[in-house]
Amino acid sequence: MNKVLKNSPTRQTPVQVPRGLVPTPFHARLEPANITQDWMGWSGFLSARKFQSVESEYFAIRNQATLFDLSPMHKYRIEGPDALTVVNRLLTRDVRKLKDNRVGYAVWCDEDGSTIDDGTIFRFTDTHFRLCCQEPQYTWLCDVAWGFDVTLTDESETVVGLSMQGPTSYSVLKAAGFEGTEGMKPFDIHHFDDGIMISRTGFTGDLGYELWADAEAALPLYDRLMSAGKELGLRPIGYDALNMARIEAGFMVTGVEFQSIHHALRPTRGRTPFDLGLDRLVHFDKGHFNGRRALLQAKEKGPRYALVALEIDGNKPAHQALVYHKGKTEAGLITSALWSPICKRNLALAMLKAPYGIDITADLKVEIYHDKEGKYDRAMVPAKIVDRPFFNNPRRAATPPALC
Amino acid sequence: MANQYDAIVVGAGHNGLTAGCYLARAGLKTLIVEKNDWIGGAAVSRELHPGWTYSNCSYVCSLLRPEVARDLDLGRHGLQVTPYEGGLSFMENGDYFGYYADHDALRREIKRHSPRDADAYDRFSRFVLQQCRFIRPLLLRSPPDPVRMRPRDIQELLYLLKRFHDLGPRQMADTLRFYTASVADFLDEFFECEILKAHLAGSGIIGTGLGVYSPGTAYVLLHHYMGEVDGSIGAWGFSRGGMGGVSQSLAAAFKEAGGEIRAGNGIEKFLCREGKVVGVALDNGDEITAKTVVSNMDVRRTFLNHVEDGTLSDDFVKAVKRFKIRGSSAKLNIALDGMPDFPSLPKGTILTQGDMHASQSLDELEQAYDEWKAGRWSKDPYFDMLIPSLIDPTLAAPGKHMMTVFVQYAPYELANGESWDGPNRDAMAESVISKIAKYSPNFRDLIVHKEVRSPWDIEREVGLTEGNIFQGELTFDQLLFNRPVPGYAQYRSPIKGLYMCGSSTHPGGGVMAAPGANAAREILSDLGRGQRAA
Repeated sequence: MNKVLKNSPTRQTPVQVPRGLVPTPFHARLEPANITQDWMGWSGFLSARKFQSVESEYFAIRNQATLFDLSPMHKYRIEGPDALTVVNRLLTRDVRKLKDNRVGYAVWCDEDGSTIDDGTIFRFTDTHFRLCCQEPQYTWLCDVAWGFDVTLTDESETVVGLSMQGPTSYSVLKAAGFEGTEGMKPFDIHHFDDGIMISRTGFTGDLGYELWADAEAALPLYDRLMSAGKELGLRPIGYDALNMARIEAGFMVTGVEFQSIHHALRPTRGRTPFDLGLDRLVHFDKGHFNGRRALLQAKEKGPRYALVALEIDGNKPAHQALVYHKGKTEAGLITSALWSPICKRNLALAMLKAPYGIDITADLKVEIYHDKEGKYDRAMVPAKIVDRPFFNNPRRAATPPALC
Repeated sequence: MANQYDAIVVGAGHNGLTAGCYLARAGLKTLIVEKNDWIGGAAVSRELHPGWTYSNCSYVCSLLRPEVARDLDLGRHGLQVTPYEGGLSFMENGDYFGYYADHDALRREIKRHSPRDADAYDRFSRFVLQQCRFIRPLLLRSPPDPVRMRPRDIQELLYLLKRFHDLGPRQMADTLRFYTASVADFLDEFFECEILKAHLAGSGIIGTGLGVYSPGTAYVLLHHYMGEVDGSIGAWGFSRGGMGGVSQSLAAAFKEAGGEIRAGNGIEKFLCREGKVVGVALDNGDEITAKTVVSNMDVRRTFLNHVEDGTLSDDFVKAVKRFKIRGSSAKLNIALDGMPDFPSLPKGTILTQGDMHASQSLDELEQAYDEWKAGRWSKDPYFDMLIPSLIDPTLAAPGKHMMTVFVQYAPYELANGESWDGPNRDAMAESVISKIAKYSPNFRDLIVHKEVRSPWDIEREVGLTEGNIFQGELTFDQLLFNRPVPGYAQYRSPIKGLYMCGSSTHPGGGVMAAPGANAAREILSDLGRGQRAA
């Protein structure tokens, strides 16, 4: 007993981690730009819900160019001789087929084939990758990489990201002096001498890029883009507008469209990539990966669920509504919904339980409640399954992109 | 007719009071007898030094079943449980580990100590919550009796099996491992960070005569996580006015229902005739008759001390003797003249509002247990220290504080047959105080008064055998239909009309009030007064 303290506690000022939401490296610019001061939490960071109005920010995505602060995304560097092997064990898709300096959309599963998260894998070389995702994955990555010669680095706080999306985004890049981007196809990566990296990726289904930099370079990058985009309509946007574009583009969000198996308390809440309609991302011919055996069985049995895109009559968004077959059998629920200003349609993503959405696709109705000044009106509104994405504009993939 | 009742409850602990409430509300003329001059058993608040109120025994509240609080309208009768946030472990290197309630802050804090463990904590929480979901519905149900296998037992076993099956194949395997694992092995599966593991491991040994590496202690951790404060599962709170607030609100509900409490005389024995209970004899010679008698005392005390020899079968007596109720803990209640300084903590931190520890590693905790086995109190003890007066203004004058320190390990029987009273008790207290003083230079000077309670003190005053806080250890061999004795897990005893309602019965201790409520349900079912027992 009475062990002598190695350092006297009185000598140093005790460290204290921040409590509550903390600013991202872009906050010094975003805070004064945010007229509404409408912030939300995203992985412990302050993230804008909107800056001025959701409508104007949404139309800036489809009409001009927008900046969205991606810094709270979790980013992991996977580097070393076994990096390709580790990434291929982690993900269900075959990363050998991904070329250097390309980005791939990916999901990963536990050994029961239930999806843990989705995200993007950046392949720089076969010994250097970056995984970008919504949920923290460091512990899982450590588990997957056990015994392999790789170094895992959590870059979530040292690397920042800005998503620049919209028809004039390429013009902003040009005006900002990012040379050599005209030949970038969707999912291409381009490195610049000053350490900035650009990928032609995004979450809007529109022309757009994501710019990545060290945290110290955040503010100069932001200023450079904003000054170049001054006459091109460039403006910062919040999550609400981005989410509208995201639904139009038909992208899913972990925790919204499906529950990560690492968070689900009920084992039946797990979803395979097949349940999510991501068959194209599961490559059985690449050797072992997490969930392979379970997914082989699942493929044989057929999906238990179907994530579908719905077009719903009327103009009332079907938030959190139930979907019925022939007006009486519950077939599933709406996970995301909006009135799409660009498609001029009432859209939704829905998780249906098999056989609905697979063998039975007709006679679906959505139960929508709307508040009529203190009285709820219930309507059973016809809906039909349509292809994703809802919004598909050729400018998304045009190479070189048009200059405006 | 003054000494004639429909039902007598022996012991005014929170479970006795709870059972009494349900019986009185069902219309039974109910008496609760209590040996102490005050009520509450181990859920008690007492002012032992003018101006300071101690929660003398139990000190925090989470497991109290909300169903019972609602049934008995305890809120109206004064019960108020305020959740606390935070908690910390002091570290010998001058740092500390902060257990923030804020999820983001906790993730940052764990990352500060171990980047790998930051999101492992989410997986740990998920596993524990899954186990809570499995067990919580069982708390207010009587366990099935596989010895007797009547229709109700088969039905209840099927219910249990169905819930187990609903966990899914992987969880079923994990659950069985979990119930038999040690808390150290369990934590090792998730974490690498020593201070984090040491911080969490305490929940696995509290009140238990086992070490962190002993099989069965993982469940004890779950037992401390399965409570709630207003729907927030796993949260703990302070009862306003100390833990006596729980008993006082129950007593008020009991009296409102027409019940009567006689404090100041314990029972000499249960009066039995032809295998049936007919009443109790008090230690002042009074005899009180009733056809239903409920013992809130632990199973050992009930059947070994207060039932006439020869009344019970040898097998039953043997099973009662083998039920483990081992003393393993001690308690310090301290009146402080002000808030102690903790120089290693950030100024103004909220962490001190929660549970504070100073155990550095699982090994240190295991060594503390080694001393218990040898009949010595731990020289470097585990403690669970709180300052409820930071939240509850009723416990001490403004600026003054009440500190409660739960201490482990303290054996009931000291080596060489030494007495706890006198120098040994003082020396044990000193080992705790000097450990706290390592992290707070002005702590000693602030002590105005202290109450030191060895296992002997707890046994003598509260009546808990060996001072065991759970009326019997919460290991897998003593849970469900094995608690307290196989064949007698449904609150009945071999003596007709004599029931058990203390924490020796399912689902165990921790100020849950579930044993009391479950026992009352069985009694009323036998009397044809209640709903059929589940």
